[in-house]
Amino acid sequence: MTELLLSPLRRLGHSTINAIWRLGFITRFLLAILRYSGQSLLRFNLTIREIYFAGVMSVIIVVVSGLFVGMVLGLQGYNTLSRFGSADALGALVALSLLRELGPVLAALLFSSRAGSAMTAEIGLMKATEQLDAMSVMAVNPIARVVAPRFWAGVISMPILAAMFNVMGIFGGYLIGVVMIGLDSGTFWSQMQNNVDLHYDVVNGLIKSLCFGIAVTLIAVFEGYDATPTAAGVSAATTRTVVTSALVILAVDFVLTAFMF
Amino acid sequence: MKRSTIDLWVGLFVAIGIAAVVFLSLKVANLTPQSADQTYTLYADFDNIGGLKVKAPIKEAGVVVGRVAAIQLDTKTYRARVTLNLEKQYTFSRDASAEILTAGLLGEQYIGLLQGGDPDELKPGEHITLTSSALVLEQLIGKFMTSFTGSNNKSSASGAQ
Repeated sequence: MTELLLSPLRRLGHSTINAIWRLGFITRFLLAILRYSGQSLLRFNLTIREIYFAGVMSVIIVVVSGLFVGMVLGLQGYNTLSRFGSADALGALVALSLLRELGPVLAALLFSSRAGSAMTAEIGLMKATEQLDAMSVMAVNPIARVVAPRFWAGVISMPILAAMFNVMGIFGGYLIGVVMIGLDSGTFWSQMQNNVDLHYDVVNGLIKSLCFGIAVTLIAVFEGYDATPTAAGVSAATTRTVVTSALVILAVDFVLTAFMF
Repeated sequence: MKRSTIDLWVGLFVAIGIAAVVFLSLKVANLTPQSADQTYTLYADFDNIGGLKVKAPIKEAGVVVGRVAAIQLDTKTYRARVTLNLEKQYTFSRDASAEILTAGLLGEQYIGLLQGGDPDELKPGEHITLTSSALVLEQLIGKFMTSFTGSNNKSSASGAQ
């Protein structure tokens, strides 16, 4: 009987301790990445290679999603705004929602599922096939050789992808608002320009996407490095990357929004 | 894949990213390099600024001639002191007036300037003396209600006679 009562408690305590242990490990891991970044940035072609796989390969999905999100914003925004007789504000609505929230958040979510999961799987499989150990044996630091280039590639790619998402979204809103519905093109752009502030909206959006880039890539490389070196372990780590990234992106977004706007 | 191909794609990726940021700042946020020497400052004191915000446009005959730079409360007179940043090419006479207007029924508020007839011009740092406050909808409704009930009482009183 007591066993029945105690075992959920024990499990709760175990998972709490485990979570805190992982939090400590991930912080130490981040410090290790930063410490060995100098070495890996000297060989920048490693990072460029990873930017290709993480960033360039994500362009298509980000651009297409951005276009569709912008078009949906255009349609929905027009329906709602025209009810209040202010359809002219569509340009401002599309640009502000994309720059402040949708661009950074959705680009980060797409990035974590497109590139983050691949990073986890790759590093996890390297660990499972003992490639990381082989590197250590050859006096090559796996964090400097494998982890840090991927981390920096993600951090560099994320703001670029978010900016592309924003531009495509605004273009999508323009297509719907001006080309399809027939709002005045001048009003669309001037409303946008009057209401969007460079520092307040554009720069804050970029800072957001930079923070998401750090969070997503750190989670991805950490889960890969921490994965149980089996097929099932790598698969579980990949799932954890996507789930944790999504939660962390939304939580960090809330905190940043509360500070910024 | 060859290294030079990867470099080319990554270069293209970064270039498009920079182009996107430039597009966002120039076309979307309308970044116009407006340094301090192209504008001058005037002040205007209002009894009530309503919902006027910093960066609200200042218009003369509907043309934007500047932006609101700052809004403070003058602790001596307890009126709102609005700092106006006007473009150098526009000068205003000493008896120019400023009023706070609303774009549309519930739109954003802006300052409307009205050029006067005085040949002397306002110099940077001077005050626009003729101001009229923002129309606060609640006060307007309040006034309307009191005058309405007042006239109602009168008419009912005359009806009783």
